[in-house]
Amino acid sequence: MSLSRRDFLKLCGGTAAGLSLSQMFIPELAEALEKKAATRPPVLWLQGAGCTGCSVSLLNTTHPKVAEVLLKIIDLRFHPTIMAASGEMALGVIDETVKGEKFVLALEGAIPVGANGRFCVIGEKDGKEVTIADAILETAPKAAAVLAMGTCAAYGGVQAAKPNPTQAMGAQDFLKKHGIKTPVINIPGCPAHPDWMIGTIAHVLLYGMPELDGYGRPTLFYGKVVHEHCPYRGFFDDDVYCKDFNDKEGCRYQLGCKGPDASCDAWKRGWNGGVNWCVRGATCIACVEPNFWDTEAPFYSNE
Amino acid sequence: MAGRRQALKKPVKIVIDPVNRIEGHLKVEVEVSGGKVVDARCATGLFRGFEIILKGRDPRDASQITQRICGVCPTSHGTASVLCLDNAFGVKPTTNGRIVRNLILVGDHIWDHILHFYHLVALDYVKGPDVPPFVPRYDGKGIYKLPKELNDFGVKGYLKALDMRRIGHEMMAIFGVRGPHAHGLVVGGATVVPTTDAIVGYLWRLKEIEKFYDEIYLPTVYAVAKYYPEAFKFGVGCKNFLSYGVYPLDDNYSEYLLKPGVYIDGEDRPFNPDQITEHVRYSWYNDSISGLNPKEGKTPVPNLNKPSAYSFTKAPRYDGKPCEVGPLARMWVANPVLSRHASEFLGKKGEVRMRDFGERAFSVLGRLIARAEEGWLEVQAAKKWIMELKPGAPVYKKAEVPERAEGFACTEAPRGSVGHWIRIENKKIANYQVIAPTTWNVSPRDDVGTPGPIEQALIGTPVPDPKNPVNVVRVIRSFDP
Repeated sequence: MSLSRRDFLKLCGGTAAGLSLSQMFIPELAEALEKKAATRPPVLWLQGAGCTGCSVSLLNTTHPKVAEVLLKIIDLRFHPTIMAASGEMALGVIDETVKGEKFVLALEGAIPVGANGRFCVIGEKDGKEVTIADAILETAPKAAAVLAMGTCAAYGGVQAAKPNPTQAMGAQDFLKKHGIKTPVINIPGCPAHPDWMIGTIAHVLLYGMPELDGYGRPTLFYGKVVHEHCPYRGFFDDDVYCKDFNDKEGCRYQLGCKGPDASCDAWKRGWNGGVNWCVRGATCIACVEPNFWDTEAPFYSNE
Repeated sequence: MAGRRQALKKPVKIVIDPVNRIEGHLKVEVEVSGGKVVDARCATGLFRGFEIILKGRDPRDASQITQRICGVCPTSHGTASVLCLDNAFGVKPTTNGRIVRNLILVGDHIWDHILHFYHLVALDYVKGPDVPPFVPRYDGKGIYKLPKELNDFGVKGYLKALDMRRIGHEMMAIFGVRGPHAHGLVVGGATVVPTTDAIVGYLWRLKEIEKFYDEIYLPTVYAVAKYYPEAFKFGVGCKNFLSYGVYPLDDNYSEYLLKPGVYIDGEDRPFNPDQITEHVRYSWYNDSISGLNPKEGKTPVPNLNKPSAYSFTKAPRYDGKPCEVGPLARMWVANPVLSRHASEFLGKKGEVRMRDFGERAFSVLGRLIARAEEGWLEVQAAKKWIMELKPGAPVYKKAEVPERAEGFACTEAPRGSVGHWIRIENKKIANYQVIAPTTWNVSPRDDVGTPGPIEQALIGTPVPDPKNPVNVVRVIRSFDP
């Protein structure tokens, strides 16, 4: 009764057929990507101190759909929210992958280093606690690259906000502290947009390392300031501001909008299949910026 | 005779860490004797310190910060937070604002029930394909019992559910602005003023999802129930239920779609938040903060050297009793009419209600059925609410941050009751306390040593093969910790 990969693809029918990355790439590239991914790179997705929101966001990918990502683009060996296995059977997958060919390490959530890392225990092996810090030390040196998915993995995120009770930090700082040279790509956002995550993976597979800005973010997605491209920018220049959230005919600056401090492309990409985006429906909190929980708060005031 | 031989064997300790396909980091330790679980402990492995971080911040920011407690149910925390702030600021949203908030929360519930059943639970009953991340998995005789046709239907459903979940999330984001982590929830109301295109976009997505519930999700849940009837017998739990109530139907919050209430020791009681206390004897916090109502609650940085402790989670109790929260608790307390699929399953011609399941409701399958049925009820309600919106009418009332105030509010996340408590001093947060749903269900023992709801539900779970403790994870996942 077991299903082979082939059977599974057949079952997927319309779902898996017709890979389309058209939102980000020209169609011919989709085929190239599939070819490149013929030996789909193994991916270990670890979760540190976080909320699983970036994993949920990943599921929101539309082109390609998440089933296509899992079956045609990457070989997701370990992901706590999705994988079938639990316990030592699950942790064994990490050991096995680390021993094998090159893999990509995706991290979601921060790495708390207070109390010897015990504020985030991800499992138990041979009767001993494994902390996220332990797991990163074991896997990151052997990974081809580390993808820091979301602001927590990139810069520490909400748990690193003052007074940072657990001494949480992002992957790049943690690797530097331990002298690990594996390249890190930061894909911040609270959560990260699915296109930013999938797009970065696709870029790495097709063209290698993307161009990064000073905060380690791909300029492809984080290269432009929201405020400079905001559709409500004209209102700002004319000093027309929304009085409150009922008022949509104006710039959101006086409601606390942090668009001037945020660099991402949500203004053209939209969220959740484009049905809405932060400034259109409310205000921006600059969730793609390092330490935004401290530097950008309070979120509903710009005074 | 095999039973007697097993009973004579030495008890076996099984540690499952991590328990995957849940949100967060959970370790479960069970002792198995005579082929059944005789003792269980649940330990959470993550502490982030939200209540410490919230101190001294602008109270309005609480609705953003607390959503990050859980990326699967952020709008539930967001909703609890803005209701709590409304309470402290002394403001109530407009009618349109109340309905928009309901549509945001119900949108998240509707997709999260799908995610829970298909992407977290189903692989314990439906055998997935032989590729990662669906392998490795527990395997062995009698674990996967669906006939091939139904199993294929389950796998197809898993894939279809990925699309439906995404569409549900889009529906939420139409009014919630984006998901996860909605920007559309603020003290005083909501931020998206309904327009015709928003209403139409929400409604048509909802109709697509309604079809999925009716033709795929509900039938699959009842098919699983048919082929795994033993799962009506284990995972019983404490049989105490707590529901804070959710989806206010009028502007005075006097009526809810799912009413608040408590069911303890076989008796229905009204809900009173003063009856809640949090115990920490078995949690990594100093005992001096034990037994407090969250209004007075404290959360220091954990003391990891405490010998009696085994979890970061506190043990909340209602009137001193552990209580299960979640869809089963809500549906048992409110006891609404269920779908036609429930009538068919129970072999009844007319309407059936949750309590018609009787003792069978207190089980793994009882929880899965309650959840799917609640989703169906929510879809029907959302269809009504969306048509009650007035395009262009205000959704927000401005309110100033008070110098000093206290606030409390509670609502329901898909996985259970969520309560927020705030104290404001000098226009800043002086104290903020949260009891998340998982805190109730996954709680460790309390100060008198009574195990938490999941710990109790694990007792008696059959584990014929300690190498494949699939029933243990079935029990745990039925709670969606």
